[in-house]
Amino acid sequence: MIEAENLTRYYGPTRAVYDLNFHIDKGEIVGFLGPNGAGKTTTMRMLTSFLPPSGGMARVADFDVFYDSLEVRRRVGYMPETVPLYPEMTVLAYLDYMAALRQLPNRSQAVDRALEACGIGDHADRAIGKLSKGYRQRVGLAQAILHEPEVLILDEPTIGLDPRQVTEVRALIREIGREHTVILSSHILPEVSQTCGRVLIINKGEIVAKGTPQELTAQLQGAARVLVRIADAGPEAVEVLKRVDGVIGAEPAEGGAYQVSCTQGYDRRAELARAVVEQGWGLLELRSVGMSLEDIFLELTTEETPTEGALEEPPAEESEHEGEGGGGDA
Amino acid sequence: MRNVWNIARRELYAYFSSPIAYVTMAAFLAMMGFLFWLFLIYSQQAILSYTLGSGWLFFVLILYAAVVTMRLLAEEQRSGTIELVLTAPVRDWEMIVGKYLASLILFLVMIVISLYQSFILARLGNPDLGATASGYLGFFLVGAALLAIGTLTSTLTRNQVVAAISCIAIAVALWLVQFVGERSPGTFAGDFLSQLGIFAHYFGFMDGTIDTQHVVYYLSLVAASLFLATRALEARRWR
Repeated sequence: MIEAENLTRYYGPTRAVYDLNFHIDKGEIVGFLGPNGAGKTTTMRMLTSFLPPSGGMARVADFDVFYDSLEVRRRVGYMPETVPLYPEMTVLAYLDYMAALRQLPNRSQAVDRALEACGIGDHADRAIGKLSKGYRQRVGLAQAILHEPEVLILDEPTIGLDPRQVTEVRALIREIGREHTVILSSHILPEVSQTCGRVLIINKGEIVAKGTPQELTAQLQGAARVLVRIADAGPEAVEVLKRVDGVIGAEPAEGGAYQVSCTQGYDRRAELARAVVEQGWGLLELRSVGMSLEDIFLELTTEETPTEGALEEPPAEESEHEGEGGGGDA
Repeated sequence: MRNVWNIARRELYAYFSSPIAYVTMAAFLAMMGFLFWLFLIYSQQAILSYTLGSGWLFFVLILYAAVVTMRLLAEEQRSGTIELVLTAPVRDWEMIVGKYLASLILFLVMIVISLYQSFILARLGNPDLGATASGYLGFFLVGAALLAIGTLTSTLTRNQVVAAISCIAIAVALWLVQFVGERSPGTFAGDFLSQLGIFAHYFGFMDGTIDTQHVVYYLSLVAASLFLATRALEARRWR
C-alpha cells in the first residue's frame, strides 16, 4: 500500500530525513516512533504530497507522491499535528468545505458519517474556535476520514489530550484501522505499542529499528555494553575482562573504568563481577550503559511518564470503558 | 476547477463572518462618497469621471486592495490551515485563483453599492452614461490588477502586515514609474516606463473610450501576478 525507497528530505543544508526504506501493507496500523525532531512529520508530509522529497521516492497505492500527487491526495486522509482549523467556521461548515474540496458526490451523507464516527454530532453547529482541544482533534480526524481514504496518516493524534480523550481517540483509531491502512506518529512508546501492529523507530531522520512492539521491546532490553570501574587494576585488566564468557571486547575508558561489549541479549554483569573479585581487585562500579537504541528507548519511555507513561495506563483503561458507556447513552 | 469556486466561497464566508468586509467597504465608500460630493460641488457638472479618475481615489483603492488581500494566503500559511487544503486534491493554481476570485467578488459588491452615485447624477443632470460605464470598467480593471498584486504579496509571506506593505509599495512604484519615464520622453527606457505606469492606462477609460491596449495591460498584470503567486506557492514547499 505504501512504499518508500531511499526517501530523503533536506531543508536547505539541514538533513531532516535520510534514506528511509519501508513497506506498509494494506490494513496495517504502523507507528512512527521517535523523539521530537526525528523527522516523523517530514516523512508524513512527503507521504501526503505536501512536501516533495529531495531524493528517493515514495508511493501510496501505487501512485508516486510527486508525479501523481493528486491521485495520492485523493486516497489519503491526513491529520496534521496540532490540527490547524479555521476558528470562525462551524464544525459542519468546515467539514462540508473539506468534502467539497474532495468533490465527494454525496457531501451531507459523508459529513454526517464522519461526525458520528468521531462523536462530534452534538457539536456540529459550534464554531471551531470555541471547541476544546479534544474536540478540535476529533474535527481533524473527522476531516481525515470524510472520503473513506485507503490510507490514513495521523501526526501525533493524541498529543495534548487528557488521558480519557487519549483512550477514546486510540479506540477510534483501532476502529478505523480495521478497514484502512493507518500510519500514526508518536514520541511515546506506550501509545504505539497499544495501537500499532508494527513500529518504525526513527531517530535523526533515519530508521534505527523496526518490528512489532514485542520484538522491539525484547531487542532493546538486552544489556549490550557494560561499564566496569575497578580500583587498583593491573595492566592485564583488559585481558581478564575479555576472557569472561560472552564478552566480545573490552577497552579502557576514563577514570579507571572499562567499556565491555557483550553478546546481544545476554546480561554478563554477574560473570564480570566474579572475574574482577577473583583477581583481588576492588569493584567500584558495574552498570550497563545504553547502546544508542536503548538511549532512544529510554527517552521514548520516560519522557512523558508523568502524564502518559505506562504507569498511568490502568486508570486510563478504566476511563475507556466509561467513555464507551457514555457514547452508548448519547 | 470546481475547487476555485469552493475556495472562493469559503473565503467570502470568512470575509463576511468577520468585520473585515464591512469595515473596508464602509471606509472605502465613505471616502469615495466624500470625493464624489467634493467634485460635484466644485465642478457643478454631472460627471462621475472626476471622482473615478482622481488620484486620491486611486490611492485609497491601493490601500483597500492591500488590506482586503493581505490575509488571503498569509493567514493560511501562518496558521497552517493551508496544509489541509493542499493535502486535499486541490491544485496550487486553484487555491490562488479561488482566493483572488473572492477578493474580486467583494470588490464587485462594493462597486455595485457605489452605483448610487450614478443614480444621483442622473437625477440631478444628464450624465454621459457611456463615459460612466467605461469609467467603471477602468475602475474595475485597475482594482482587479491591484487585488492580484495583493494576492501575490500575500502568498510570499506568512505575515499579513508585510503582505499589505509590500502590496502598497509595489502598487505605488508602478504608479510613480510613469513620472520617471516622462522625464526622458522619446527614449526607449522612458517610453517603456511611461507605458508601465499603472495609472497612465487608466485615464483613457474616463472619457468614454475603451482601448484594447489598456484592457490588455490590466489583464496581463492580473495574469502575471496570479502566475507568480502560483509559482511562489509551489516554491514554498521546496525550501
